[in-house]
Amino acid sequence: MRVLVFLALLAGPALAEVSSATILAQRPPKTLAEFGFFGDPGANAPVVGVVPYTLNSPLFSDYAEKDRFIYTPEPAPAVATGALDFPVGAAIIKTFRYGARKMETRVLLHQAAGWKGYAYLWNDEGTEAKLALAGADLSLETEHGTIAYHVPNANQCKACHIGPDKAMVPIGPKLRNLNRAAQLADLVAAGVIGALPQEVPLVPDYRDESLADERRARAYLDINCGHCHAPGLPADTSGLFLNWEEQNPLRLGVNKRPVAAGKGSSHLQFDVVPGDPEASILLFRMSTLDPGAMMPEIGRSTIDAEGAALIRTWIAGLEE
Amino acid sequence: MRAWMGVAVLMAGPAFAESFTIVPGPEAEAALQEALILAAPGDEVVLAPGIYQITGQLSLAGEDVTLRGAGIAASVLSFKGQTSGAEGLIVTGNGAILKDFAVEDTKGDAIKSKGVDGFAVIRVRAEWTGGPKAENGSYGFYPVQSSNVLLDGVVAIGASDAGIYVGQSRQIIVRNARAEFNVAGLEIENCYYADVYGNTLTNNTGGILIFDLPDLPQQGGHDIRVFSNRSTGNNTDNFAPEGNIVGLVPAGTGMLIMANADVEVFDNDFSDNRTTNMIITSYVNETEDEAYNKAPRRISVHGNRFGISGTDPADSDFGNILREIFGVPVPDIVWDGVVPIWRWFTIGMADADQFGVHDNEHASAVPYGNADFVGYFGLTWLHSVGQDMAEHSADLAPLPPVQVIIRGRDVSHEGAWSELSK
Repeated sequence: MRVLVFLALLAGPALAEVSSATILAQRPPKTLAEFGFFGDPGANAPVVGVVPYTLNSPLFSDYAEKDRFIYTPEPAPAVATGALDFPVGAAIIKTFRYGARKMETRVLLHQAAGWKGYAYLWNDEGTEAKLALAGADLSLETEHGTIAYHVPNANQCKACHIGPDKAMVPIGPKLRNLNRAAQLADLVAAGVIGALPQEVPLVPDYRDESLADERRARAYLDINCGHCHAPGLPADTSGLFLNWEEQNPLRLGVNKRPVAAGKGSSHLQFDVVPGDPEASILLFRMSTLDPGAMMPEIGRSTIDAEGAALIRTWIAGLEE
Repeated sequence: MRAWMGVAVLMAGPAFAESFTIVPGPEAEAALQEALILAAPGDEVVLAPGIYQITGQLSLAGEDVTLRGAGIAASVLSFKGQTSGAEGLIVTGNGAILKDFAVEDTKGDAIKSKGVDGFAVIRVRAEWTGGPKAENGSYGFYPVQSSNVLLDGVVAIGASDAGIYVGQSRQIIVRNARAEFNVAGLEIENCYYADVYGNTLTNNTGGILIFDLPDLPQQGGHDIRVFSNRSTGNNTDNFAPEGNIVGLVPAGTGMLIMANADVEVFDNDFSDNRTTNMIITSYVNETEDEAYNKAPRRISVHGNRFGISGTDPADSDFGNILREIFGVPVPDIVWDGVVPIWRWFTIGMADADQFGVHDNEHASAVPYGNADFVGYFGLTWLHSVGQDMAEHSADLAPLPPVQVIIRGRDVSHEGAWSELSK
């Protein structure tokens, strides 16, 4: 009898609630479903405790749309700067899709030894997502043309999700990037974050054309570049810092010479030449698909035309 | 029986590192990357002989992992069809050992380490097989912000920046390497404590570059020993994309020291470099970095053999300036002569910064030249070329040898790599 109850527990309700044991397990499960984040096989219906959220400015990922969720056993303190520090047992979940076609779901799991990241690859029917430790390369037709979609391997996750001490860290969930409409209040109410500070910073949505070019451009650079190009992070070897906090024009690339850009310089002298986007290495590296020159180094196989246009406008408007 | 099995399992555990063997074939790239991810400290990933077609970027993040092949010509990772990744292999795990394989035709850099403590590369080749071209990747070997770096017996061919480049690192040994047909053969940039010896640099644009650049997390490069190298016949036209600092190097440069402190250059052979055997210069661009010192300081050059060079300076900005200032032959050792303007008018270089240049053999009748760039570019009516080497007669103490420790072993001595995997 006991055995039967035990089996019933395993088979039934486990799917309807998050499995903390799976989040904390040393080895990742073979399928996304085993976490119990969603009540349906297509991962469209998060269970209670798995809370959807959006960011003001998203990272460009080959025009993929993203559905983001967070699960946390305790609210994270609502710190004004940096990524929110979710406790051990938390999970951040992100599904990449083009319309209804789901590509992959990435999970970041906070374990006692630190954050771990894994990608789960969806089948064509969108009914099951399986662990893809070594990543995957897919090709698909979209309204933006053929996309060579790359699912990162476990090491490549760390190429971006890395802190100064080389430990894996979340990037997106920062108070300043979650600060939109009622979202913060909703997240507090849902127990995802703690009480808000008096002043909540804000990085705007770079797609908001009502804003000044400077603010839009800085928001774009912050989310697309600042997770590497910031002090202590992987691209700090260049001395080019594009995070939101940076205020020094030289550090932001204005009249700054490249250091080890190699052919990324494309015969240009400076990262940002005020008033002259075509002479600016920053724009060139956003606008090329040469793996030896393009930026970001991973995560895109096509050009973010709208993002490049924004950066072009911003540089053109900088005073010479 | 059960007890015996238990013992066997225990013995197979931590005492014996695991070995993953990869063989060429359509599954090789995925298998190799998976092995690099799964490898635990002490494990080896082994490349069987053959050519491996790699289309993405390989990465090694685990600690104390060895990747080894069957030889510099036998196990080849070919990136000819690479479609993604800024480098061929990126290493971020401490204590990595790479040996006995080759990386060919990457779109960006061939092998990079970033933020690694303990990085040994032994008899590995990085090559662009189509000859020197601007479209080639930038760096062959590219340890940056790393410490305890050993490059031993590596071969770098065809890089559009530097074949061997160590940047913003400390505790470095580069020895027994060969670099050919790169823009820079071997470059040490913004580094502390490097021993560079027994290397052969030929057919590059410039043989050996020791640079310090402003506006970087680590700057103020110092304590670099360069000895017993051969830097000869580095006359390949500069094919670096413009905008890169190596773009300034004139074809035919044996060695260029820029803005570093405490560099000791001894027992080297320089010859057949058509612009000049050696340039010692200040940083050439403007900078507002107040923490940065543009001037080279305490450069010691002794016991080297300078063969015929400087007979035909390259038709480039720098080369043409040298030709105009000195005519031909350009002296074996050229100093730009730059000091702060008040010093230029009065007592010259500060005592604490003085160079020691002495006891070298020169085949040329013009061993030394002070180009006086202050006069040449500014006070033209006062420009005067100097040829008196005695202006650099400081008695500089020899720099101490560099110690490199990888996986807890001191690998500073020759042949140390053979112990590394034990």
